[in-house]
Amino acid sequence: MSEEQSQAGGEFERQPVPKESLLGFKSFIGMYAGEHCAGTELMIGPLFVAAGVSAFDLIFGLIFGNLLAVLSWMFICAPIATRARLTLYYQLEKICGRNLVTLYNLANGVMFCFLAGSMITVSATAVGVCVNFPMPGLNDIMPNSIGWILAVLAVGGLIAIVAAFGYNSVAKFANIASPWMVLVFLVFGIVGLRQFIVASDTSIGSLSDLWQLATTEIWKGGDPIKDQTKFTFWHVTFFAWFCNMAMHIGMSDLTIFRFARKSWYGVATASGMYVGHFMAWISASLLYAYQLRLDPTDDSVLPGPMAFRAAGYAGLLCVVIAGWTTANPTIYRAGLAFQAIVPRMPRFSVTLATGMLATVAGMFPAIAMKLLGFVAIYGMILMPMGAVIFVDYYLLKKFGMQSNYAELSRKTFNWAAGLTWFITLGTCVALVKFAGVQIYFVSLPGWFVAAVLYIVLSKIYQKKVHQ
Amino acid sequence: MRPLLQIISVIALSLTVFPSLMFFAGMMELDRMKWLMMAATVAWFIATPLWMGREKENPPATD
Repeated sequence: MSEEQSQAGGEFERQPVPKESLLGFKSFIGMYAGEHCAGTELMIGPLFVAAGVSAFDLIFGLIFGNLLAVLSWMFICAPIATRARLTLYYQLEKICGRNLVTLYNLANGVMFCFLAGSMITVSATAVGVCVNFPMPGLNDIMPNSIGWILAVLAVGGLIAIVAAFGYNSVAKFANIASPWMVLVFLVFGIVGLRQFIVASDTSIGSLSDLWQLATTEIWKGGDPIKDQTKFTFWHVTFFAWFCNMAMHIGMSDLTIFRFARKSWYGVATASGMYVGHFMAWISASLLYAYQLRLDPTDDSVLPGPMAFRAAGYAGLLCVVIAGWTTANPTIYRAGLAFQAIVPRMPRFSVTLATGMLATVAGMFPAIAMKLLGFVAIYGMILMPMGAVIFVDYYLLKKFGMQSNYAELSRKTFNWAAGLTWFITLGTCVALVKFAGVQIYFVSLPGWFVAAVLYIVLSKIYQKKVHQ
Repeated sequence: MRPLLQIISVIALSLTVFPSLMFFAGMMELDRMKWLMMAATVAWFIATPLWMGREKENPPATD
């Protein structure tokens, strides 16, 4: 999951990026490889195991799903970004009007707060290794001990204060930590695999031996742990594809790829997908599978103790840094989103308040323990605006309508875009509640609903405004 | 100075992962691997900030 997009805010915010400021391909490879090795990877891998995933479904689901994600960046997000060269917010403002963008900011900010909360939860599990207090279980919703609340408060409070004082120093630290962190994730996998080989008394002489171990000892499939959704090949595929939906199909990364010389630079996202969302998820899942093998009743997903068992204090440090360096920009971005709503409040106060909100969210283990579902909801909520931008850019003129309608008509709230957003979300909720479509899949039909709705509603709205 | 620091960083990074390969091959105990990793981690975080990002800034990006 990426939440660490750079924050050089203020650069070409309301103008296309000029030619001399464009970046080369390598910049994007490094950026994405680092950003997608985050604290939340340590939750997602284990949650796949808790969902009863099998080896085939996990490995091939991740290969296929991540490929779809890379293609979405390449063919949906990056082409618009490299032609318009505008930030997401400015592009949206031209289409939707300032007031609707403010509403989008609010939704975005709230989702960022919860996401940052789950990252704080991950970091706080490291405290439990050094200080003895009851830590939350897999199915816990509420905070389960004073010790846990204090641990989250200490970690989250610190993160919030650092975020409020400024983004840049932590961003620099994140860049330094990134290559080391990727390797520590790899070590988790190597150690986990070795522990399985020893525990199952197997010798690995070929790839087929390894596959045998994977299918019979590590990711055995079967029933999920109680109260977890069973994950199949399609669940893994769609999760890997849609977990960054807000960024590719939802177009958040217009802001990043506006700096790319060519749209094919979108392929650079493969570095993030196959390092963070393949290697790191598999490594983290190995640690949890080994924990279950040692004690099948110990189903709590606690990255701190798992990392400490595999890699000692370096592993523990990785958990803290992975959570911190990704929660920090997430809080900062949420703060920016909220500040757009209350521009008179100082950024320091808004960011601090946002950080404290994320800290309170982090005290509730439900968000981190149900991260698979939360990430799917996050993508679903922001996805319709991605469809609006796509249709506005490619299709509206072909249907005889005006694109960037809010800018042209000087409207502050484009009702065609607003209703598209609300009705699509209502449709998605109805599909989940009444049609039995699982949350992991609903954004696919949702995107088409949003695209069709925006065309139809624009036809009505633009005609009505012109009368 | 910069090349020397970069060499230290590369060695530190190699030492972060190399002990785990030794452990995988059954040539090292887990505890020793953990302490070597920690030493490599300390070396990385001391040496790397002294050169990384010092000369050229990171790519500008987003809001």
